[in-house]
Amino acid sequence: MSSLLAFWQQLSPDLRGFIVMAVEIVGVMLAVIISVAMLTLAERKVIGWMQVRFGPNQIRIFGLPVLKGWAQPFADVIKLLMKEVIVPANADKVVFLIAPLVALVPALSTWAVIPFSPDFVLADIDAGLLYILALTSLGVYGVILAGWASNSKYALLGAMRSAAQIVAYEIAMGFALVGVLMAAGSLNLTDVVRSQAGGITHWHGLVLFPLMVIYFIAGIAETNRAPFDVAEGESEIASGFHVEYSGATFATLFALPEYANMILVATLAPLLFLGGWLSPFEGLLPADSLLAQPSFLWLFVKILWFLFCFLWIRATFPRYRYDQIMRLGWKVFIPLTLVWIGVECVLAWYHVGPWGRM
Amino acid sequence: MLTTILFYVYAAILIGAALGVVLARNPVRSALFLVLAFFTSAVLWLLLEAEFLGIVLVLVYVGAVMVLFLFVVMMLDINVAELRAGFTRYAPLGAVVAALMVAEIAYVVWVRHLGFDLGGGAPPLPAGYSNTKSLGAVLYTDYALPFQLAAVVLLIAIVAAIALTMRHRTGYKQQDVAGQVAVRKADRIRIVQVEPEKRP
Repeated sequence: MSSLLAFWQQLSPDLRGFIVMAVEIVGVMLAVIISVAMLTLAERKVIGWMQVRFGPNQIRIFGLPVLKGWAQPFADVIKLLMKEVIVPANADKVVFLIAPLVALVPALSTWAVIPFSPDFVLADIDAGLLYILALTSLGVYGVILAGWASNSKYALLGAMRSAAQIVAYEIAMGFALVGVLMAAGSLNLTDVVRSQAGGITHWHGLVLFPLMVIYFIAGIAETNRAPFDVAEGESEIASGFHVEYSGATFATLFALPEYANMILVATLAPLLFLGGWLSPFEGLLPADSLLAQPSFLWLFVKILWFLFCFLWIRATFPRYRYDQIMRLGWKVFIPLTLVWIGVECVLAWYHVGPWGRM
Repeated sequence: MLTTILFYVYAAILIGAALGVVLARNPVRSALFLVLAFFTSAVLWLLLEAEFLGIVLVLVYVGAVMVLFLFVVMMLDINVAELRAGFTRYAPLGAVVAALMVAEIAYVVWVRHLGFDLGGGAPPLPAGYSNTKSLGAVLYTDYALPFQLAAVVLLIAIVAAIALTMRHRTGYKQQDVAGQVAVRKADRIRIVQVEPEKRP
């Protein structure tokens, strides 16, 4: 141990910083991937309970007689990784195999700018919100390329639906984020959370409630989740863009990015609108009590709530029809966000709410 | 040092991608190379500490424009042989355009560099400098009018494109969504109380 410490001390500060950074990145990636695994289990369990059945309850960790079903995601991963990757004969092979990576890389790299606690963020860049918007818009390439390269009618139809849907809802989502940055006065996510300090009434979700709702619904649509999952639409187009994918390519194209993006939307919603890591009891309880301290745990609780909403909505609503999705995105959400930005302008002019504190 | 290495790596990728746009046989692959070229030039802008412009380039061109572009290319039924047939006919024109562009780049790089130093890269920005803020400050004060004008021109282009392509066909069946939403149970179903059939 002491020899290791001595070895560490004799490294140059640059190299040490590099190693610490690398360890942090790997840690965040592992956390995201394990969260994805647990979320797939939570999804099946929660929807199971809502439909009065058990969900996965057989596979246990090392066969121990506790936590029945908890090893299900690991069993799924092992199964998917061991299956054969089938490339269709007339597929564009290079693009077919690149597409899952194109979907995976943006989904994981957005986590670089997420502030998890008051003093932990991988890259504290100035335009964090824009960075997230730019990278989430890249995710659609995975879907489009998968759909096109498969050389299958169903896959192409799914890709077409997905692209139109993501482009439509990205505008509404962008306008919702414009509202947030107007209230926060910054694009940096840490500053956005700091601007909400000072108790539950200072959270942006209060003044920007319509934008919060629109952001979350647009987030569901962007991640292609039910009730907006027409890109998969198993009753109409088999299973859409990933119909030709199998094994490891299926896992990296479909499961990992989709669930990582779900967690991202569920993380951004509290960061932007519900005070992120700030405590709801701030200002109500004495400042030195444990419950009033800002910490990662508050963010974690808020993330869990939004993830639960994802599953709840999936278990509750039937799938939208395609033209209804387009109408909701273009004709309802975009005008609503524009109106609310106008309302914000008026509030800012009269120094009401967050603008009174600036 | 590291910045220089990164610059040359990304510049090489950018040139490769740009060559790929022209040389790829499949139009969809050409469009994909164009996406790579946009993305790499955004990285070059990031190296110049122009992070706002770099990210916006990815957001607008890669995230929105190229998605639609790629889509149109995928939908087109492009006959590659027919395209090749015109190659010799248009080759002289292409050569002229290429020569012009090389001359322009040469002018920018060789003639204008006499005035200022190009070797050192961008001067380091002061700490706490916000790219977004300074761009916004310029855009909404000194250049407010040109900025608004550009926006109006874009709006006109949108309206014109929609006006040119929208045709009201006769006999076209459309759903009245407001009517669908406003439907009440009483309009659609009538609940009838049927007497149970009695046992004889």
